[in-house]
Amino acid sequence: MEKFQTLHTTGVPLPFENVDTDQIIPARFLKATTREGFGENLFRDWRYNADGSPKADFVLNNPRYSGEILVAGKNFGCGSSREHAAWALYDAGFRTVISSYFADIFRGNALNTGLLPLQVDDKVLARLLAAIEADPQLELVVDLPAQTLAVPAWDETVSFAIDPYKKECLINGYDDIDFLVNQKSAIEAYEQQRAWTW
Amino acid sequence: MARSLVDKIWDAHVVRSIASGQDVVYIDRHLIHEVTSPQAFDELAARNLPLFRPSQIIATADHNVPTLNQHMPIEEPLSRSQVDKLTENCQKYGIELYGLGHQRQGIVHVIGPELGLTQPGMTIVCGDSHTSTHGAFGAVAFGIGTSQVAQVMASQCLLLTRPKRMRVAVEGTLRPGVTAKDLILYIIAKLGTGGATGYFVEYAGSAVRSLSMEGRMTVCNMSIEMGARGGLIAPDATTFAYVAGRPFAPKGEAWEQALAYWETLYSDEEAVFDAEFVYDAADITPMITYGTNPGMGIPLTGRVPSQVPDAEAESFDKSLKYMGFERGESLLGKQIDYVFIGSCTNSRIEDLRAVAAYVAGKHKASHVEAIIVPGSKQVEQQAIAEGIDKVLAAAGFELREPGCSACLAMNEDKIPAGAYCVATSNRNFEGRQGPGSRTLLASPLVAAITAVQGRIVDITQYLN
Repeated sequence: MEKFQTLHTTGVPLPFENVDTDQIIPARFLKATTREGFGENLFRDWRYNADGSPKADFVLNNPRYSGEILVAGKNFGCGSSREHAAWALYDAGFRTVISSYFADIFRGNALNTGLLPLQVDDKVLARLLAAIEADPQLELVVDLPAQTLAVPAWDETVSFAIDPYKKECLINGYDDIDFLVNQKSAIEAYEQQRAWTW
Repeated sequence: MARSLVDKIWDAHVVRSIASGQDVVYIDRHLIHEVTSPQAFDELAARNLPLFRPSQIIATADHNVPTLNQHMPIEEPLSRSQVDKLTENCQKYGIELYGLGHQRQGIVHVIGPELGLTQPGMTIVCGDSHTSTHGAFGAVAFGIGTSQVAQVMASQCLLLTRPKRMRVAVEGTLRPGVTAKDLILYIIAKLGTGGATGYFVEYAGSAVRSLSMEGRMTVCNMSIEMGARGGLIAPDATTFAYVAGRPFAPKGEAWEQALAYWETLYSDEEAVFDAEFVYDAADITPMITYGTNPGMGIPLTGRVPSQVPDAEAESFDKSLKYMGFERGESLLGKQIDYVFIGSCTNSRIEDLRAVAAYVAGKHKASHVEAIIVPGSKQVEQQAIAEGIDKVLAAAGFELREPGCSACLAMNEDKIPAGAYCVATSNRNFEGRQGPGSRTLLASPLVAAITAVQGRIVDITQYLN
């Protein structure tokens, strides 16, 4: 996993609530057996017509918007557990998703992919969406060690919460496998003392 | 100290806790399938790690398999390669595989319970969000991402934060024509599509207790549709009777020991929940969804909401536009193009029996295409043994071979753009059943009656 420290970028607004993982990457594009290439089909049915031509009104096809942060409505990533959704966002160049809350499995998958799920309150989210729509060049600065999202144009910094262990993992590019494999003796001891064997 | 059921099971699986608050949680059973496992196997290989406990993993092919001609090689090359990859990996690592053609093949959340792999008190994971199904047995069961699939393969453990606890009690007797599916669609409509995020939900109350194991599975299955990490129901005599005698169930003395333990699995009277809701079973009527998330459900005889909070209006209207519905309208009389009966939510033998019992001697409406996909080979064989296949065929329903099918439309079973499908599955997301498809979630009974009538009706007027 790539290390995540700070991000100076712009944002792409997606003001819909309950964006589910079937929208992020439809099931028919989950047939690959490797992690790469899912970005091509990110938001496939919102982004492209059936004939493959881009839908002009979708934000990823709008040349006004670019950047490494997706700013989306609340309950982002609900539905299927497919980690491919986090891979698709990452593969398409996103490094952070800002929302006012995330579905649990998506949040975990994002953290395991090196994609930061950054939760802000509903008011901050609404302000951000409006500000980016008004000025697509609005600069956003994510500082993970400091746990802040800064909007220099507002002269404001918003703090965000993140689990301290997952924060260390992201900053250092570690994942849970490294940690868990090192627990082997404790796990074997647990197996030995279990009351039930059926 | 009084503990809730989820805490009792959780505590019994904590290997150790770490300073930042997470627990190393031991996983008893790991179910895998072709779509979310290949990258996890690659992860193990890339790190040169062995598979820690192969005997605790069971594999099947379900998400990306055809539901016609399963005895033939899979035609679509990418699907074939994904299913072949699962077979290769299972051979390489010594994992029991119930692949296509195997008598035990089927949807992962259908075969776990029917084989007795799913037992009370267990921790069960799978790279699939509907793993919550297994909670019906009083297990802590939840969906995980592929990175976590690799973690369990490498260590039989996950690093997890203890969930919050919610209890949803439904008291009283369900009305005629109201099923487990209506009960859970009602709860999700009340709590909303993100209403249980961060919680494990324990379903309780006399209406839940009165459900069969299959009904309980339908309820727990859809826990994720309100954002819950999982759902569970305390095991009881109904549970024990279901598990007894199944291939992987404990036998003889082990059964007695297991039973003694399972009987301790309930929330203590004084247990504290972070959130509690109580509903009256008499308030629940047959349900249907009108929108593009499972929380957008109404009684069949109800109306699409005419008012929503301002903050939600844009998403709400986008959803209605996609579905072709208007605020405040009734769905009664709407013509339907497809009926899909299947998925890990409603593809078990009781579901097929309910459909067959209604359609016997009737015929589907001529403009409706009705597809019924059994959850497993065993369900399919049972349906044939009971003559259900003939009843369905006479009614114009097409009985397919087992798999996830048009629930997620990974294979060729897709609903065309713009078409309306009443489905017994779990998600009505945009394009879930194929690009442009419009899904209305309902029970198998509602689906059967809709197929015959060809339009949305108040099913209580049509019950046999």
